[in-house]
Amino acid sequence: MGLGQGHIGLEIIMDEALRNELKRHGILTTTLEDLYNWGRKNSVWPLGFGLACCAIEMIAASMSRWDLARFGAEVFRPSPRQADLMIVAGTVTKKMAPQVVRLYNQMPEPKYVIAMGACAISGGPFKQGYNVLKGIDRYIPVDIHIPGCPPRPEALLHAFMTLQRKIDSQSLLGPERPRHLQAEAPSEFPVPEYGEHDLEPPKNGTLWQPPVLARG
Amino acid sequence: MAADYSPYSFIVVLFLCALAFALLPLGLALLWGRLFSPGKPGPQKNAIYECGLESKGDAWIPFRAEYYLYGILFLVFDVEIVFLLPFAVAFSGLPTGAIIAMLIFVLLLVEGLAWAWAKGILDWR
Repeated sequence: MGLGQGHIGLEIIMDEALRNELKRHGILTTTLEDLYNWGRKNSVWPLGFGLACCAIEMIAASMSRWDLARFGAEVFRPSPRQADLMIVAGTVTKKMAPQVVRLYNQMPEPKYVIAMGACAISGGPFKQGYNVLKGIDRYIPVDIHIPGCPPRPEALLHAFMTLQRKIDSQSLLGPERPRHLQAEAPSEFPVPEYGEHDLEPPKNGTLWQPPVLARG
Repeated sequence: MAADYSPYSFIVVLFLCALAFALLPLGLALLWGRLFSPGKPGPQKNAIYECGLESKGDAWIPFRAEYYLYGILFLVFDVEIVFLLPFAVAFSGLPTGAIIAMLIFVLLLVEGLAWAWAKGILDWR
């Protein structure tokens, strides 16, 4: 497994058989990519940021009973400048949505988003409300969705482990590399503003499209 | 052996090691950033952090001069309570010199209070 395909001078080819042979003799081999992802996935610092009741479950997950520290993610940062992960924990009202997007924009790359709970992923029980955003994935790219009202801390832990697997599988080079390694991929997303009736724009078209209903 | 061997030269070696220990990770991080991850500054990312709100105005605003009077009053009572409590607790065991020193100190504070009173700051407005 090399660093990637077709990058000048950095390609190191070592086939799996040789790796296993070395491992049998007690020599561990690794790649820069694996080391990089291993370090990243075990130090995901969330933004200390809660919106509603789901935040209480998030806080419980970080305390001793569920102990998010086992995943290297107990350091809830009070500033987006130091955070890697935004846990959107709770109902996103239309008044709060611009602030959420702006906070996301102020986080440095690489950054990830967990949408926690029914409200954050879809509006939840308040979906019919005039003032509730029907899912934060209309404005920012969400990596992990957790259903539940509220999800138990175990569900958040599961989301965390899913996110860790996602980080672990990201490649350092090549066209499949994640957003933060691509120079042309955006780091900021447009912040909605209050319009006459609704948030303007009501969604970020590049991130979210309304589902097409198939009537048969 | 060379005659000009200095017993302190190892300090220089240790200092260089410490310097390398600090600078090497920084250099590696810079190199990593140059090689792989492009910087992505932006107007919002670089904006002042105010809990997600847009910041308005300037941090260098003038405070009203009256604020300093409240500052002085706060200082008088704050310092007074900090010193008066241990003074009262240890009162019966204190020598005369300490009591006189303490009274002078309280007098200085009371002077500030009297000045504020005379200025009319204590009036409720």
